[in-house]
Amino acid sequence: MKINHKAAALAACALPVASAPAFAQSLDQKINDGFASATGWFVNFIFSSFPGTNFPWIVMWLVIAATVFTLYFGFVQFRAFPHSISLVKGDYSDPNDAGEVSHFQALATALSGTVGLGNIAGVAVAVGIGGPGATFWMILAGLMGMASKFTECTLGVKYRNEYADGTVSGGPMYYMTKGFKERGLPAGKAMAVLFSVFCILGSLGGGNMFQANQAHAQIANVVGDYPGWITGIVFAGIVFAVIIGGLKSIAQVTEKVVPFMGILYVATALVIILMNADMIGWAIGQIFSGAFTGLGIAGGMVGALIQGFKRAAFSNEAGVGSAAIAHSAVRTKEPITEGFASLLEPFIDTVVICTMTALVIVITGQLVSDPATGLYLLDEGASTIQTVDGNKGVALTSAAFSSAFPFFKYILAIAVILFAFSTMISWSYYGLKAWTFLFGEGRSKEVAFKVIFCVFVVIGASANLGPVIDFSDAAIFAMAVVNIVALYLLMPVVKGEMTSYLSRLKSGEIRKFK
Amino acid sequence: MPRKIVIGYDGSDGAKDALGFAVELAKAKGCGLVVAHVLDWSPYSFLTPQEIEERHRRRKEELERAEAAILAPALASLKDAGVEVTTALKYGRIAETLVEIAKETGAEQIVISRNGAAGLASRVFGSVAISLAQGAPVPVTIVP
Repeated sequence: MKINHKAAALAACALPVASAPAFAQSLDQKINDGFASATGWFVNFIFSSFPGTNFPWIVMWLVIAATVFTLYFGFVQFRAFPHSISLVKGDYSDPNDAGEVSHFQALATALSGTVGLGNIAGVAVAVGIGGPGATFWMILAGLMGMASKFTECTLGVKYRNEYADGTVSGGPMYYMTKGFKERGLPAGKAMAVLFSVFCILGSLGGGNMFQANQAHAQIANVVGDYPGWITGIVFAGIVFAVIIGGLKSIAQVTEKVVPFMGILYVATALVIILMNADMIGWAIGQIFSGAFTGLGIAGGMVGALIQGFKRAAFSNEAGVGSAAIAHSAVRTKEPITEGFASLLEPFIDTVVICTMTALVIVITGQLVSDPATGLYLLDEGASTIQTVDGNKGVALTSAAFSSAFPFFKYILAIAVILFAFSTMISWSYYGLKAWTFLFGEGRSKEVAFKVIFCVFVVIGASANLGPVIDFSDAAIFAMAVVNIVALYLLMPVVKGEMTSYLSRLKSGEIRKFK
Repeated sequence: MPRKIVIGYDGSDGAKDALGFAVELAKAKGCGLVVAHVLDWSPYSFLTPQEIEERHRRRKEELERAEAAILAPALASLKDAGVEVTTALKYGRIAETLVEIAKETGAEQIVISRNGAAGLASRVFGSVAISLAQGAPVPVTIVP
């Protein structure tokens, strides 16, 4: 997910505000204050910590769910990993179904909705606060999150709606209504409505305003400061052309460039790591020892653990339910196969890409440590680790990569903008699906949502909307509260599907086509 | 199995020439003709969420359109040609899929025009004709 840490969000928002006219600033201030007082209780509730700690309960909620699914499905993410790769490669795809959505395409589209700022800026925040040890916990949480994805995406395909014209709609709202009804569980409809409301709010906020805001901050960082509404209008215009005008070419170009950017990012990270080959052992040592001893970071070992878990959860969206919407359109006779394909998503997002970011930051020596004790030095507030140039968030990642390749900050800026754009396109779709679930399908209703979505692009890019962004983040995690309850209640369905499929796979009834 | 010749056909002028050539060839050899049209498709391409949702419907529309606009007119033009004609319509990489069709139908030859409907791209990335000439398991005739 491209949802960033609150601190990074606020830092990014500071830029547009500095350039806004004074009257607009006071108007923004009024909007901020009004919004903050109206929604603050909700934000505080979602992000509140366990008493006496700074461990947000929502993170624990996601981690416990991932652990339960991992155990309940017998470590499916490891057992089925090779089979998942075969499915995505197309080994089990019937050639007569060519031209339908493949597992690869569903996975790639879902990934372009999750890979982004969380992998670039979020990881830097985690390592900046939690030290290298945060990486260990992030990887662990990513591995566990694979089981959550597996569960929700299987259900997304199983209970999707297929319409007469051949289009499909799926996602948590459908498994909550249809799945609950099938199993005689109460309140499915109410949960689906609640989920849809949170999903719409999340799509307008974290999936839209926050992205527009970060994109503007990146552009301003490279070309110099200018009013955010200009970026907002341009972005809104492009988004409008794609989602309302049906201008497919822009979306298609983005969908092709985003994976390329992702690969370029990982490849560059690998090159930097290999350039410092003699440091790899040391860096891995730092990650392990930091995970259990803290190496003097703020909050010690627990601090590293919280940051790692938080970043992984915020980055790969496992358990949030958004992926279930994205994956539900794949053409398959076996819903479980999409579950297998989807479990690669947290692996690629968190275990591979986030780890690369963390390794590059550690290996290029961005974090300042005391040469005598080997412990990391904290900055004045004693909340974050000192960095070489005082960088934080996306700037820290940028500095780490630029230390090897000075021009990389421009590539990174382009990547951030493209990632932001592709996330907007993905979340406009998730929001629309929730919207049509609530209000029904129909051209005018759909256009209404899309217009609202475009308006929020401008708002997100032009104003300092810290409280609104906090609220949107909270809405996305509220999705997880509702979704995971449904997953617990429906997981026996997934188990039944899995057992049946795996036995047929073993007996040879399900076989490869190539 | 009766002897067959596969003709890769996309409705372009070049393809029409090749079809004429293939008919003569089939008559001369006493073969049936398989008029094959391949819709270029990769399962590894990238789609937007909207495209993914509509894919199943679009596929149906694309197949119907290809049937109506490309294969049906070809069949109509061959009504009195005096050879037995069947059609094949598939998704995939064009050269690869033509080879598959040839294997499935047990065809002994593939006929294709040098320039199909795709112009510049095939010049840059290598044409179907070249790929077929290099990779086909049966003789390939390329009609200029």
